[in-house]
Amino acid sequence: MKRLRDWLVLNGRAAGGRAYVRIIGATREPSWILSDTILPILGMLAYVYIYRGLGAPRAYETFAVLGGLMLAYWISVLWSMAAQFYWEKQMGNLEFYFTAPCSRFAILTGMAVGGMIWASTRAVVGFGLGIFVLHVPMDFSRAPEAAGIFLLTLVALYALGMWLSSLFLLYGREVWHLANAFQEPVYLASGLYFPVRALGPWAFLAFGVLPLSLGLDAMRQLFLGKLASGFLPIGLETVLLAISGVVFIAIAAISWRVLEERSKREGKLTLRWQ
Amino acid sequence: MEWAVETKALRREFAPSRQTGKNATGEARGARPAPVVALAGVDLTIRKGELYGLLGPNGAGKTTLLKILTTLLYPTTGEARVAGLDVVRQAVDLRRRIALVSGGEYSGYGILTTRETLWMFGQFYGVPNKEARRRADELLEIVGLSDMAGARINRLSTGQRQRLNFARGFVSDPEIIFLDEPTLGLDVNAAREVRRYVRRWLAARDTRTVVLTTHYLLEADELCDRVSIIDRGRILATDSPMGLRGHVRTGRRVVVEVSQADGLGEALGALAGVTNLRASPQPEKNTTQWHFTLEQGSHIAQVLELLSRRGVIPVNLTTHDSSLEDVFVAIVGRALEDEA
Repeated sequence: MKRLRDWLVLNGRAAGGRAYVRIIGATREPSWILSDTILPILGMLAYVYIYRGLGAPRAYETFAVLGGLMLAYWISVLWSMAAQFYWEKQMGNLEFYFTAPCSRFAILTGMAVGGMIWASTRAVVGFGLGIFVLHVPMDFSRAPEAAGIFLLTLVALYALGMWLSSLFLLYGREVWHLANAFQEPVYLASGLYFPVRALGPWAFLAFGVLPLSLGLDAMRQLFLGKLASGFLPIGLETVLLAISGVVFIAIAAISWRVLEERSKREGKLTLRWQ
Repeated sequence: MEWAVETKALRREFAPSRQTGKNATGEARGARPAPVVALAGVDLTIRKGELYGLLGPNGAGKTTLLKILTTLLYPTTGEARVAGLDVVRQAVDLRRRIALVSGGEYSGYGILTTRETLWMFGQFYGVPNKEARRRADELLEIVGLSDMAGARINRLSTGQRQRLNFARGFVSDPEIIFLDEPTLGLDVNAAREVRRYVRRWLAARDTRTVVLTTHYLLEADELCDRVSIIDRGRILATDSPMGLRGHVRTGRRVVVEVSQADGLGEALGALAGVTNLRASPQPEKNTTQWHFTLEQGSHIAQVLELLSRRGVIPVNLTTHDSSLEDVFVAIVGRALEDEA
């Protein structure tokens, strides 16, 4: 029992320590507010005005706002989770993390929590803009369910980020291209600014593995009802999200174990410029 | 006796570089390249409370050994125990009790202040919040950064970052600390402070152990209770710095600095009892220093007589006992500076 308590205390503190960097970073670099919050919101606004200009159903504007909300987290997962351990290696922190007694997952959890809090500032600004300034249609009668789906999506997304972090570390200097390769196609595959049904059933089945696609589709249905042109029943999407969260965490655990074994065998992983 | 560190026949090989396809001896592609042997069977015991140094040139295997002892690397064969724990099978438990600092490196996040950085690294070891802050302030004082406690890391100079990195290793108050070239890149004063702190830290905690690698002879001589000389993956000798001097009969070192060098080298070399003769020109003073070893101190009389006979008045003449450098040359067969 004491061993378990010690383990929880150690890893809780480690996660808190790592999350602190993210949270404090958000308050210390005003330029980040511009680059991470204001500029991406302009992209969301552009879609809203395109739909208005074309005279599209107003529900499409809600698609764009919800897409902008979730995009903040996807960017955070991609650049601040998946690619982060590569930057950690270049900064000289990776070797430290590999000799520290805490679990790698405590550090990843800290990154995830800090990343969520940081991304939330941007998401809240975008969401608030959509509701209070653009007055996009949204029915809040099922808001608690939508909040549940939102949290489930975040868990699955950041679990995916934990797995990707091990893969990105293996790719070393190619990480920049890899992150870019994951960024733009996912905008399309997840139906970020449009109803994902437009991609057709096969495309959705192929991309449905992405928590972003499932979460967005479910949230749109909860906020817009039939106007959302939902693809799968909300219940099924909830189950799939929960499963994907568990599966991604399991894959991440295996992947990190393999990576660490390989690192100790080959001795190169923690070295800079490798 | 329970050792702080114990290794048995520790061997580590690395696969040859895939890019060149060449092995350590430069054999070409085609032939199956032999692995690079970084450690070739290291047997080592370090006592609790000891300040132990590994002295060797670049590529001797010092860092590889430290990486194995700190669970970053598996040995190819052999075994290693640190604090009584197997470095392969009990790595997780072991990590709570050790810390590693690599000199010449710095870590942390530019956005954090120096105090926050030390606090954060303490969190990864589970140090309670308040205690981590107290230790952070204490360590900042020790490494001379207390007036920079609120400064962000990205505003520090390289030397300041290195000092902070050194402090980081002590924030968890480890049972055994491994310092890999701790003073690398530090200026003379900072290096002296670092050495002083290591001694003080150990003196205040008699069951703690420090294992350091260095290629600075002075550092090993001044700091370590025992030193192992390592070269090409093998431990060649282990003893106290004083004891190591006794291991090899190195005679008395002499340096004669003269302004007229013509033919003096040959004459000195012909004297009985003179060995290891080498010239070191000093162009800025227009002189030459002759370094040599006398088998017996009394042979200095012949040297003085030779200088007098040739009418050479030395600008400077010094003699001293054998140093760790002499011991290193005698054991390894080359000077540390030859590696640079």
